[in-house]
Amino acid sequence: MKKPVFDRKIEDIGLETGTSRLTPEKIQETIQNVLASETGAKLKVYHDTCVRCGLCSKACHYYVSHDGDPTYSPVGKVVQTMAVMIDKKGKVDADFIYRAAQIAYTECNLCRRCIHYCPLGIDTGYIMSMVRRICHKLGVTPQYIQDTAHSHSATMNQMWVKDDEWIDSLLWQEEEARDEFPDMRIPLDKEGADIMYSVIAPEPKFRTHLIYQAGAIMHEAGADWTMPTLHGWDNSDMAMFSGDFEIMGRLKRDHFERAQKLKVNRIVMGECGHAFRSVYDQGNRWLGWADYPVEVVHSVEYFADLLRTGKIKMAQKVKGPITIQDPCNIIRGRGLMEDLRYVAHAIADEVIEMTPSLEHNYCCAAGGGVINCGPPFKNVRVNGNKAKADQLRRVKEQGVDLCLCPCHNCHGGLEDIIHSNELGIDLKFIGDIIYANMVKTKAVEE
Amino acid sequence: MFNEIYELVTGPLAWIGWGIFLLGSVYKLASLWSLAKKKDTSSIYYTKAKFGLRSIAQWSLPFGTLGWRETPSVTVVTFVFHICLILVPIFLSAHVILWEEWFGVSIPALPNHVADVMTLLVIAGGTFFAWRRFSVPEVAFVTSGHDWFVLGVVVAPFLTGFLAYHQIFNYEVMIVLHVITGIAWLALIPFTRLSHMLVSWYSRAYIGSEFQGVRHCKDW
Ligand code: HEM
Ligand code: SF4
Ligand code: SF4
Repeated sequence: MKKPVFDRKIEDIGLETGTSRLTPEKIQETIQNVLASETGAKLKVYHDTCVRCGLCSKACHYYVSHDGDPTYSPVGKVVQTMAVMIDKKGKVDADFIYRAAQIAYTECNLCRRCIHYCPLGIDTGYIMSMVRRICHKLGVTPQYIQDTAHSHSATMNQMWVKDDEWIDSLLWQEEEARDEFPDMRIPLDKEGADIMYSVIAPEPKFRTHLIYQAGAIMHEAGADWTMPTLHGWDNSDMAMFSGDFEIMGRLKRDHFERAQKLKVNRIVMGECGHAFRSVYDQGNRWLGWADYPVEVVHSVEYFADLLRTGKIKMAQKVKGPITIQDPCNIIRGRGLMEDLRYVAHAIADEVIEMTPSLEHNYCCAAGGGVINCGPPFKNVRVNGNKAKADQLRRVKEQGVDLCLCPCHNCHGGLEDIIHSNELGIDLKFIGDIIYANMVKTKAVEE
Repeated sequence: MFNEIYELVTGPLAWIGWGIFLLGSVYKLASLWSLAKKKDTSSIYYTKAKFGLRSIAQWSLPFGTLGWRETPSVTVVTFVFHICLILVPIFLSAHVILWEEWFGVSIPALPNHVADVMTLLVIAGGTFFAWRRFSVPEVAFVTSGHDWFVLGVVVAPFLTGFLAYHQIFNYEVMIVLHVITGIAWLALIPFTRLSHMLVSWYSRAYIGSEFQGVRHCKDW
């Protein structure tokens, strides 16, 4: 059979300038260095034992969405990237690196769905993140995600939010909220509070109402909480996805140290998937922590707890059926499916599940930093996830108009998929619905 | 002439084959373990027997996992192929005699007609895998010479053994080829993709622990 060729090169200024600076020596030296110093038996075993059976193919939404194009299968991506780097001992050219970067950064979400398919337990997500690591060290990264990594390193947040802008956003949201809840505060730097609430930088940047809503829910629940005014408030971590593990480590340390300085009992984090991954999976390991040094509670768990204990009661439930997007990093990554189901049933009359769902759910194709690679690669993820469009269409046909989506990346990804497939489904964070429909005992009478 | 060659291949050559297989396997596992202790400490740390065994048990069930359910034909063939592949060489009556002779252990033997059918199943399974490597795009795309070589080496002793047993073609040539390919089969395990036999237990146990222990989620 004739082997398919890679004919989908996408122009990106980051990948272009990066590859234009490469020399064969630099490529080889970098690859050899990363392989020798940062990988070990795990990668070797994956490389040596993968029997090339192709069973992992059907796991991947990219493969499924491209009608079985083998170049998008998990093992197909490995043989176009890492396998060649290892077999040729790093003797590959700049074009190869461009391709490898495009595949690893934009055609794999590190969602690990393929783990459920490979009998030998080969972790393609790990292999792809090591390809990214090599590309990062070679300076070949898509421009947009590199910009977020730069922002992280310069400001310790993802969106170039300045210190005063951050505090300003918090005070602004507090002021807004006090029209509705006269006594509400967003307590800043409150030492010894029970909870430090942390968010990702896109919240103050363009989803500020989420901070308002979180404040309202905390207030209504009577939580003893605080938000930090200094760096460490942003729990996001794009450096983890760009392959800049040094910055990843600094960010995670900063986040935890902020919580420790505030002497809080635990961190509650907003509805984000990758930020959660960075504390239980990658950032902590880089820093040598088996688990996190300060307990981290994801919003899904926190909301489930508020609803279970009756600290928050729903005044009304969403009418009509809703569906649930299971974000990889909190479901397949951290097993929060039961809590998410509990919350969904507490806030809606009826829940219609997508198929597949729970830990077998398809990724949104925005995760793993793919959406952060920016507009040049938008079609890669939209066309690469017809599988998700089909899933959504099926629930739409059963009457679903609303999808519960407790992850920023999933929001971005699903929004584009819904829009370009004209599916007409609304996306909501859990906080959106709880805030809108909860019993508000502390609000002004209308 | 035949006798001398036969003596050679079943004598010194066979011992060399076994030696390479056993020492190679020990070397492979020991070197991987020492590398893992240097470079993959977090993976070792998270690996727990409880989760690992749970995962291995689940993946040992045909159709017990999402992956096994998705491609049923491959699942059935994989299980049949591997079961026959491992049982026949150990329990074939002709081999049982060798074990007695070489190692002084006596074990029960498979009835010849059963072993015969199982041998055919291995050959059929191998043919199925070869067909996949030609015609199924996601397999063809990732197939290299190494995969063909390994598949050939694995099926060859079964094919030659079958032909020899039924005295098809020249018995003497076939039996010598059978012994040689059988030795190659063993000797190549530690040094090719066949090493999945040695290490896939651990990679499965590790990812099972990673999922169940850290991610609170099943890996099947
Ligand atoms: C005892 C532990 C073993 C386990 C758990 C195991 C597992 C697997 C799995 C999961 C596959 C992939 C599915 C498939 O394509 O069939 C596979 C393929 C294969 N195994 Fe094994 N295996 C074992 C031992 C062996 C041994 C001892 C041999 C031969 C020396 C062998 C030869 C092969 C071959 C040739 C393939 C590839 C078939 C193809 O071309 O697609 N395996 N094995
Ligand atoms: S996108 Fe997910 S399923 Fe596809 S290769 Fe990457 S980790 Fe595997
Ligand atoms: S399922 Fe596993 S062994 Fe088979 S090709 Fe995919 S990664 Fe390799």
